[in-house]
Amino acid sequence: MYEHDVIVVGAGGAGLRAAIAADEEGADVALVTKLHPVRSHTGAAEGGINAALRDGDSWDLHAYDTMKGSDYLADAPAVDTFAKSAPEEVIQIEHWGMPFSREDDGRVSQRPFGGMSFPRTTYAGAETGHHLLHTMYEQAVKRGIEVYDEWYVTNLAVTDHEDPEDRECHGCVAYDIKSGELHGFRANNGVILATGGLGQAFDHTTNAVANTGDGCAMAYRAGAPMEDMEMIQFHPTTLPSTGVLISEGVRGEGGILYNGDEERFMFEYGYANNDGELASRDVVSRAELTEINEGRGIEEEYVDLDMRHLGEDRILDRLENILHLAEDFEGVDGLDEPMPVKPGQHYAMGGVECDENGETCISGLYAAGETACVSLHGANRLGGNALPELLVFGARAGWHAAGKDMKTAEIGTGPSAKSEDGAVEPPVEPGAIDASSEDVVADGAAVEPTAVIENAVENERERVETLLEEDGINHANVRADVQETMTQNVNVFREEESLNDALRDLREARKEYENVAVSDPSRTYNTDLIHTIETRNILDVAEAITLGALAREEFRGAHWRAEHQERKDDEWIKHTMLAWNDGTPELYYKPVNLEGDEEDYEPKERSY
Amino acid sequence: MSTQIEQQETETEQEEQEPDVESPGERRRAEKREREAERQAQRETEEATLDDEETVLLKVFRYDPEVEGKQEPRFDDFRVPFHKGMTVLDALIYARDEYDSSLTFRHSCRQAVCGSDALFVNGSQMLGCKTQLADLESPVRIEPLPHQEVVKDLVVDMEHFYDQMHAVEPYFDADETPEDELEEQRQSRENREKVKMSTRCIWCGACMSSCNIAAGDNEYLGPAAINKAYRFAMDEREGEDRKQERLRIIEQEHGVWRCQTQFSCTEVCPKDIPLTEHIQELKREAVKNNLKFW
Ligand SMILES: Cc1cc2nc3c(=O)[nH]c(=O)nc-3n(C[C@H](O)[C@H](O)[C@H](O)COP(=O)(O)OP(=O)(O)OC[C@H]3O[C@@H](n4cnc5c(N)ncnc54)[C@H](O)[C@@H]3O)c2cc1C
Ligand code: SF4
Ligand code: FES
Repeated sequence: MYEHDVIVVGAGGAGLRAAIAADEEGADVALVTKLHPVRSHTGAAEGGINAALRDGDSWDLHAYDTMKGSDYLADAPAVDTFAKSAPEEVIQIEHWGMPFSREDDGRVSQRPFGGMSFPRTTYAGAETGHHLLHTMYEQAVKRGIEVYDEWYVTNLAVTDHEDPEDRECHGCVAYDIKSGELHGFRANNGVILATGGLGQAFDHTTNAVANTGDGCAMAYRAGAPMEDMEMIQFHPTTLPSTGVLISEGVRGEGGILYNGDEERFMFEYGYANNDGELASRDVVSRAELTEINEGRGIEEEYVDLDMRHLGEDRILDRLENILHLAEDFEGVDGLDEPMPVKPGQHYAMGGVECDENGETCISGLYAAGETACVSLHGANRLGGNALPELLVFGARAGWHAAGKDMKTAEIGTGPSAKSEDGAVEPPVEPGAIDASSEDVVADGAAVEPTAVIENAVENERERVETLLEEDGINHANVRADVQETMTQNVNVFREEESLNDALRDLREARKEYENVAVSDPSRTYNTDLIHTIETRNILDVAEAITLGALAREEFRGAHWRAEHQERKDDEWIKHTMLAWNDGTPELYYKPVNLEGDEEDYEPKERSY
Repeated sequence: MSTQIEQQETETEQEEQEPDVESPGERRRAEKREREAERQAQRETEEATLDDEETVLLKVFRYDPEVEGKQEPRFDDFRVPFHKGMTVLDALIYARDEYDSSLTFRHSCRQAVCGSDALFVNGSQMLGCKTQLADLESPVRIEPLPHQEVVKDLVVDMEHFYDQMHAVEPYFDADETPEDELEEQRQSRENREKVKMSTRCIWCGACMSSCNIAAGDNEYLGPAAINKAYRFAMDEREGEDRKQERLRIIEQEHGVWRCQTQFSCTEVCPKDIPLTEHIQELKREAVKNNLKFW
């Protein structure tokens, strides 16, 4: 058994920042990650990172934009903390050497981004995430933080109290991918989940293949609820063939969208009269799909994004990486012709419910980054707000876990924050696969840390042995079925009937999953095994997304419903929550907190 | 494209044709038609030359120290259906998901930023996700990176590469940062431009694997690590003293002087980093530095 004060699962932006913070507080910290840190998906972020750094801008403007962008589904304490801390965090990574783009006076450059009332998006070319990830990894190396890379965390070690709020997380179980050995990890102070996004629940996504929602699913099964899972962001500019992202920076710099009739539809069709291409992502995604669905797309599939008029110099200076992506993945020279784009799954606004210190309702269990839902982005994340989130809330989780005295959280978590029970009528009993011994049952029978961890390791060993030894079907088919139905039925436009279809397909996929087995018998670098376990996690998060989407009978932010095409503030300024309940998802609601530090946020119509 | 759309296009065209001057929209459309025709022609030739059945034959290196029958390295053939735009990585994923789930390789981002799928394809180092099958000669031979220990199939041990990267103290060390925590350090545009290419490295290991010197001298820092040293040594925000220390590190016996400017690293780097140039520049800096001590 390995032992550390703080164990951070995942070494993308959020995990690295958390580890550095815990180290700053004097904790002995380890990063356990299935990919080497520099391979994390944070490296793919292109556009930039928001912070109010300049005269004329201020944290409360940033907070206001974020709240408005969220369509009033974000919690004010999270939004205020975020906007106040972002400048310090961004300047800190500058002090750590981050190669930001520069102005003539040597200060960092900023550019406009969708939904922002001030050009506050700081960037490093069109490869901001790459530089951020590497800069942070360098700091982890400098501090000598221990990294277990290519270790796959399969489960959490949590006490078995009946009520999740009484539970405690003592560590986790991890599988050394190279040797195939399972080990227990004991965390004296806490485990921080920073496992990133869940884009692999969809088949057209900007996300990496490793983004399988592992942290979310593990926390859920351990008893921490998932929040606002229906809130999936579809990015309006992804390359049609691969889902590779064309940064919002292109539109920020003045890129123009054209339909198949060569019309600048954002203005001409009045989707966003004031902001045109720079309206929020949800608005632009719906506009594009409407064009395509109504026959004004190109090859019935995409629209054009044109940046040629920006001129070669500006493109090379600020968007060079976009030229390479368009060339390598679509065979298009962006200097010479417009780039084909269509909406693709991009970001999960929902995730593991946690407070502004990163803590979940299970003590000692934290979440940060895209895995988490502090509720900063609400129903729609503004471009450039995810990277500062990693820094701000990654750091806070790290400090808190390491024992720093943080103010008591204002955001409530767990069943006691519940405001009302929810109800949906799914077409099939969702039920669950293997709601078995690994999950919590008794009431505090196992509380002794070592025993809890050993028990968790034993359960995982059984699961792995079974997968390896039995015969069965390949997980890849199940994964493909899930991805297909999600893209088909739980996309930008959602209808009750198709959501029900998706739930039926997911139920089917769950049944299929009961028969999966790993055909590679090897212990050495068994990716077949890893992917099979991941597919289980994909199933859990896909189901949560769909159930949430069915429950929320309104149109808010990224969530559009054919039958309910209006925002219903009286009824729906509340979070959808899903609790594990022995594997059968239990739905309830939690109020949204709109009481800000300066003033209360008043829901306003979002117009562009 | 549906007929409906074509019709709409002609309609608008006629409207706009009336005035003699060519409108920008008109020009765009004309250009676009031309391009589409070109692309169509290109597609046709590609399809004709590729393979009649539209499949590609992969010859993939296999090895697993643990599994009987795989302990002896061998090549497996996979015939995968080809579609336009397909990459080497797509083909490997297809082979794994459809034919043999034990086929093992690293990959994640599929967009040339995570650096995990550097492979040896038809005798040269490249990223699987960035390499179009249409650009390769068939059959496509896929092997793990040479000069690296093979863990299994296409997966190599990267520890040595990481060790070399760590050996150059790969982290920023400014003399002093502004006291005000909201005040950034200034960096000139020129200086950022100078280090820009060096900051693009994704740690894929292709350069190291292509380098003859590194193959012969296990302790040689190698192009990626030296480039990393360059990234900091040339950053004006680090002070002169730190630069001296950095030069001392890369000047050691197994440092820059080992490089024989064969350019293989520069050729294979998927991020187009001018590695050899950076190494040469550091050599010159080191000489200047030594002259100072004389
Ligand atoms: C293409 C793209 C462009 C983007 N551009 C921007 C932008 O310009 N600005 C912006 O603000 N945001 C952007 N975003 C969003 C932002 O980049 C992500 O939300 C953010 O980087 C996620 O960081 P993370 O640390 O939470 O996760 P990741 O960086 O994905 O890291 C996850 C980590 O968890 C590890 N892990 C996962 N599961 C396990 C497990 N079971 N066991 C062990 N380890 C595990 C992985 O190895 C990895 O280290 C972009 C996102 C994408 C996909
Ligand atoms: S320098 Fe280029 S080839 Fe070498 S590791 Fe970095 S990206 Fe790969
Ligand atoms: S898969 Fe990330 S570089 Fe190819």
